[in-house]
Amino acid sequence: MNRQKQQYVTIKGTKDGLTLHLDDTCSYRDLVMELEEKLSVNQTNEPDGPLVAVHLKVGNRYLTPEQEEEIRTLIRTKKNLVVESIESNVITKEEALIWKRETEIVSVSKIVRSGQILHVQGDLLLIGDVNPGGTVIAGGNIFILGALRGIAHAGYYGNKEAVIVASVMKPMQLRISDIMNRAPDYKAEERNEMECAYVDDNNQIVVDRLQLLTHLRPHLTRLERRL
Amino acid sequence: MGEAIVITSGKGGVGKTTTTANLGTALALAGKRVCLVDTDIGLRNLDVVMGLENRIIYDLVDVAQGRCTVQKALVKDKRFDDKLYLLPAAQTSDKTAVTPEQMKKLIQELKQDYDYILIDCPAGIEQGYRNAVAGADEAIVVTTPEVAAVRDADRIIGLLEKEENIRPPRLIINRIRSHMVKSGDMLDIDEIVMHLSIDLLGIIADDENVIKASNNGEPIVLDPNSKASIAYRNIARRILGESVPLQSLEEEQKGVFAKIKKFFGVR
Repeated sequence: MNRQKQQYVTIKGTKDGLTLHLDDTCSYRDLVMELEEKLSVNQTNEPDGPLVAVHLKVGNRYLTPEQEEEIRTLIRTKKNLVVESIESNVITKEEALIWKRETEIVSVSKIVRSGQILHVQGDLLLIGDVNPGGTVIAGGNIFILGALRGIAHAGYYGNKEAVIVASVMKPMQLRISDIMNRAPDYKAEERNEMECAYVDDNNQIVVDRLQLLTHLRPHLTRLERRL
Repeated sequence: MGEAIVITSGKGGVGKTTTTANLGTALALAGKRVCLVDTDIGLRNLDVVMGLENRIIYDLVDVAQGRCTVQKALVKDKRFDDKLYLLPAAQTSDKTAVTPEQMKKLIQELKQDYDYILIDCPAGIEQGYRNAVAGADEAIVVTTPEVAAVRDADRIIGLLEKEENIRPPRLIINRIRSHMVKSGDMLDIDEIVMHLSIDLLGIIADDENVIKASNNGEPIVLDPNSKASIAYRNIARRILGESVPLQSLEEEQKGVFAKIKKFFGVR
């Protein structure tokens, strides 16, 4: 059989190492075979040389975790090459939904009363109050347009960058990731401005003016969604 | 077709039973046919406050379990010719003796014959509460100006909002001591209303005569000279759809006599 040799794997050298463009229309087997072949040809004879980072660009191909592992192992066996990143244009529907849930801002209009728990995966925008004994939990940030008098837990799955913002900040407890802070036992004087809570460099929850967030958490600006 | 109103609070001792007895009496005085239902099975009180204790033959549990008809169990209050009836709770069983479905059926039946059915809810949020709210169309939450009572009221409002068949609950603030509010030792009314953010149906000042009257088995509403009596009558008028302005407590203190005169003028 006269096999028309087609380029499935294109190798490019950049200052960050090698970039491998893998064709996304051929079969996976063909791809692996050619990868194996190409890398064997290009193998340098310096086994002690520095590790060269390899970036894979697989285009519109979806690699299962097993396939990814196979390619990683294959490349790793070529002496001083190591896979640093695999970039694909496609993700599974499941991953996409998880990503959507984690990054979307869920807006809820209600009063979270004593004994009630409001739990969202992404950011929470609450149009209403959290009364004493009520709890709001979010995987991301919490923004409360009303008064926070209960418990707020932002970054529930371990995101210390998360913040809690409220028009009236009078919480029973604030929690960000695994850090907790409670209201002082003495009565603080009435302050009538919006405030935010964040984790500072000493791993403490700090409550401060809302305007500071612009500098502290610039990533809160999300004009467009991205992965 | 009548209307069923549940009177609840979450916390005990804030005046649910007193409120039920007095609103029922006030509505009966206004010419409505009223039935009071005590759902506090095992700890019944409403009959004592109404002074009807020794006339009870059958009770709520007998009716729910089909041992007698509703008509047989109802105790008629002779003071208000054929206007006011009481369906007492059982004293010997407990809350689990009745199910929410049975209560729903019972209230439906009573709604055919009466203009207003006032359901006295037990404290707590367990089976007794679920029984009490099962058949209700409307809810009144009673609280006192104490942090603990307001907290429980908040909890109960949250639960009531989940009930699909009940209209948004309304609030009664009971036992307000105006001198303590003024000195800042008691939560003030605006604060409570803002916090709970539901409609305020009425406020009742703390009045020793209420206790005296309940001990005698005569609702305070029957005494036209007491502050609390006027407050309860005003609330009853609001339930009937009249718009009666809420008087601030200070005015209420100064203007008791003026209000009584006005009240008689109206009648």
